[in-house]
Amino acid sequence: MYKILSKTYLTDNIIRMEVEAKRTADRCLPGQFVIVRASSDGERIPLTICDYDREKGTIVLVFQTIGASTTLMADLKEGDGFTDIVGPLGRPSELCEMSIDDLKKEKIIFIAGGVGTAPVYPQLKWLKEQGVLADVIIGARNKDLVILEDDFKSVAENVYVTTDDGSYGRNGNVCVCLQALIDEGKKYDRCVAIGPLIMMKFAVQLTKKLEIPTIVSMNPIMVDGTGMCGACRVHVGDEIKFACIDGPEFDGWLVDFDESMRRQAMYKTEEGRKQLELKEGATHHGGCGNC
Amino acid sequence: MEVDVMKKVPVREQEAKVRATNFDEVCYGYSLEEAQAEASRCLNCKNAQCMKGCPVSIDIPGFIQQIKEGNIEEAYNIISKSSALPAVCGRVCPQETQCEGKCIRGIKGEAVSIGKLERFVADYAMEHGLKPRKEAPDNGIKVAVIGSGPSGLTCAGDLAKLGYDVTIFEALHQAGGVLVYGIPEFRLPKERVVAKEIENVKALGVKIETNVVVGRSVTIDELMEKEGFRAVFIGSGAGLPRFMNIPGETLNGVFSANEYLTRSNLMKSFREDSPTPIMKSKKVAVVGGGNVAMDAARTALRLGAEVHIVYRRGEEELPARVEEVHHAKEEGIIFDLLTNPTEILGDENGWVKGIRCVKMELGEPDESGRRSPQPVEGSEFDIDVDTVIMSLGTSPNPLISMTTKGLDTNKRKCIVAEENTGKTSREGVYAGGDAVTGAATVILAMGAGKEAAKAIDEFIKG
Ligand SMILES: Cc1cc2nc3c(=O)[nH]c(=O)nc-3n(C[C@H](O)[C@H](O)[C@H](O)COP(=O)(O)OP(=O)(O)OC[C@H]3O[C@@H](n4cnc5c(N)ncnc54)[C@H](O)[C@@H]3O)c2cc1C
Ligand SMILES: Cc1cc2nc3c(=O)[nH]c(=O)nc-3n(C[C@H](O)[C@H](O)[C@H](O)COP(=O)(O)OP(=O)(O)OC[C@H]3O[C@@H](n4cnc5c(N)ncnc54)[C@H](O)[C@@H]3O)c2cc1C
Ligand code: SF4
Ligand code: FES
Repeated sequence: MYKILSKTYLTDNIIRMEVEAKRTADRCLPGQFVIVRASSDGERIPLTICDYDREKGTIVLVFQTIGASTTLMADLKEGDGFTDIVGPLGRPSELCEMSIDDLKKEKIIFIAGGVGTAPVYPQLKWLKEQGVLADVIIGARNKDLVILEDDFKSVAENVYVTTDDGSYGRNGNVCVCLQALIDEGKKYDRCVAIGPLIMMKFAVQLTKKLEIPTIVSMNPIMVDGTGMCGACRVHVGDEIKFACIDGPEFDGWLVDFDESMRRQAMYKTEEGRKQLELKEGATHHGGCGNC
Repeated sequence: MEVDVMKKVPVREQEAKVRATNFDEVCYGYSLEEAQAEASRCLNCKNAQCMKGCPVSIDIPGFIQQIKEGNIEEAYNIISKSSALPAVCGRVCPQETQCEGKCIRGIKGEAVSIGKLERFVADYAMEHGLKPRKEAPDNGIKVAVIGSGPSGLTCAGDLAKLGYDVTIFEALHQAGGVLVYGIPEFRLPKERVVAKEIENVKALGVKIETNVVVGRSVTIDELMEKEGFRAVFIGSGAGLPRFMNIPGETLNGVFSANEYLTRSNLMKSFREDSPTPIMKSKKVAVVGGGNVAMDAARTALRLGAEVHIVYRRGEEELPARVEEVHHAKEEGIIFDLLTNPTEILGDENGWVKGIRCVKMELGEPDESGRRSPQPVEGSEFDIDVDTVIMSLGTSPNPLISMTTKGLDTNKRKCIVAEENTGKTSREGVYAGGDAVTGAATVILAMGAGKEAAKAIDEFIKG
């Protein structure tokens, strides 16, 4: 069992947990992920490593309850544990492979959207440890959904919060914010965008126009996370990549986001039924035309 | 019981129509009486040809004589000397090309049903709690085994018998390799057979640490330098699926057989109450003709679909076990042979709606003796399907070789290891099974695990 040492709600449906996972904490780097199972018959759920403490042997997970499995995970309490956590999986962020000198020459802008805000944190923190301070845009639909702003302030140079409805920080989505920053005279050599596919898709459209090379973090449906099944196939340029071993971070300019969005919806009806079953019992078998 | 010496004693099976709708085991196996009757067909040859066909040289006439005489425990001891997983091998070995293919009885009539007899003995042993025995006291020397498939389990079991302190590191959350994630329940029951075989290995003192991906969670160098393992055996299999690189392979509804089978077997999504989803398909094309293709096809059939096997060569060339092809046909799988896909067709929302194929004809035999298929010009046609399952073979995962300095691989990404010892280019590191040979068989993987265990023992004792 992988014990949960602390659990906090960042919003109504975004939860942060610090969990014991010695082998993962020993070796993980920003950009990598784990796969967890909340119970002995649980689904394998990929989650990005949002922080780690090598001494304590713990990692931090931040997840949004969107379907049946993440809802069951949310029921776990401090002192309970995950049945399985395997990691670190995937390749570390490209930034971790660059020389410190090269990194110091670059001005990097991070774009963090929704629950994707959490995985940006370890990257900023790692950069700061190397003496590099980057800027970050945190985007959320409204004020209540902005997470980790204070944590970010301690590891980034500038933190720009923007909300779709203008209820907090700047007004507009992350693309509006990035364009505004450029218009205000900011210059960036590189962008890292992590968030919902639709956000990354539009962020990349903008950074192409602005000619800022952009790394994105893909989150396709996965099963094993070790290259064994190919569920995580992503078109990057002309090539088909497995996100779990070749990624999850890729050159955003080359990713086929429309295909990824379509593939992510592969089990929508089946998952929808499971979610309803969890709430209302086994009454949904399809065929009624409503689900 | 009356026996026709020319024919095998028939084995009882679930009726095809019934089993096509459930995941219970197809074959019931022999009773004691049936096993003894079948055993009586064995001629107890002096120069037993069957043994020459067995990759681990089980004393076949030896154990069959014991069955004849009703000494099943002794029969088990004889098999155990050469095989660590008889209940598995009895069920999944390609006997027709191995022991039974060489059996003298097969010249005029049907070969002795060696596989079914092996299975009978192993199942009897399980029911009666017979277990493999330790041969030497604990010596406290640590050996690491990577992967818990047949090669890893066998190597670990043999080393533990010799007194070593063995830990298996497994990437998935459950031990067993292909035996748990690949081969379906209806061919190899997980609780009743695979879990028991794994318990036997654990009973010898082997520790199994799941959720460790060697190369990511820890490296071989760290295992040897920091965690005190004197030797390492790599039995990481050949799990990387291949695709065809034809248009449409990323459409919704295209899966690798590995994904489809892993969802069903490891994640149990064939059960209604499993939280892991699986496509509910109406009409499926499975591309390929091996065991893996048969397993994917028969799984899809049981989940309610009409299933076509699309294979580019002919019936003769199907690489699957004869029994699986026979069972698949009985259950109603449709075989589209000499047919090769050229494109997967999608609807406007990106879901599979068909597969475009071309007819093939067999040309002259090539150097390997196989007749290579050539497309027949102008023979394109479409099959309407909503799901395509690609079963084109697998190759070894490069994760371990990429992260282990000085570990040589060949151009097929297989780890290079000495034939009879499993010795690799790294001192103290041994390898065997599919990781070395590419996708092969359970018995070959098991044999490689056995030989590596012997070599590791010799290496450590110097
Ligand atoms: C590398 C990687 C890192 C991730 N990191 C995080 C993270 O740090 N925090 C976080 O909250 N989430 C993360 N995710 C997404 C997370 O795994 C999914 O939200 C989760 O699997 C949904 O499970 P569920 O059963 O609750 O929902 P489901 O019922 O399975 O899904 C609900 C709906 O969400 C869609 N969906 C979106 N993404 C996925 C996905 N990857 N797998 C399955 N369904 C998906 C489904 O189509 C479905 O319609 C990550 C995914 C990947 C691949
Ligand atoms: C669907 C299917 C049906 C088959 N049917 C038959 C049959 O009927 N008869 C027959 O003889 N053979 C059959 N085979 C082939 C047979 O199963 C394999 O040849 C055999 O399992 C190989 O054994 P192995 O020990 O080398 O590897 P595997 O059984 O593949 O086990 C390897 C294990 O290593 C683990 N692993 C991989 N990488 C790492 C890592 N980096 N760190 C830790 N662990 C790792 C994997 O998760 C896996 O559990 C079939 C195969 C499949 C897929
Ligand atoms: S070859 Fe056939 S008849 Fe001869 S010993 Fe082997 S199983 Fe018996
Ligand atoms: S998740 Fe299975 S190959 Fe990537």
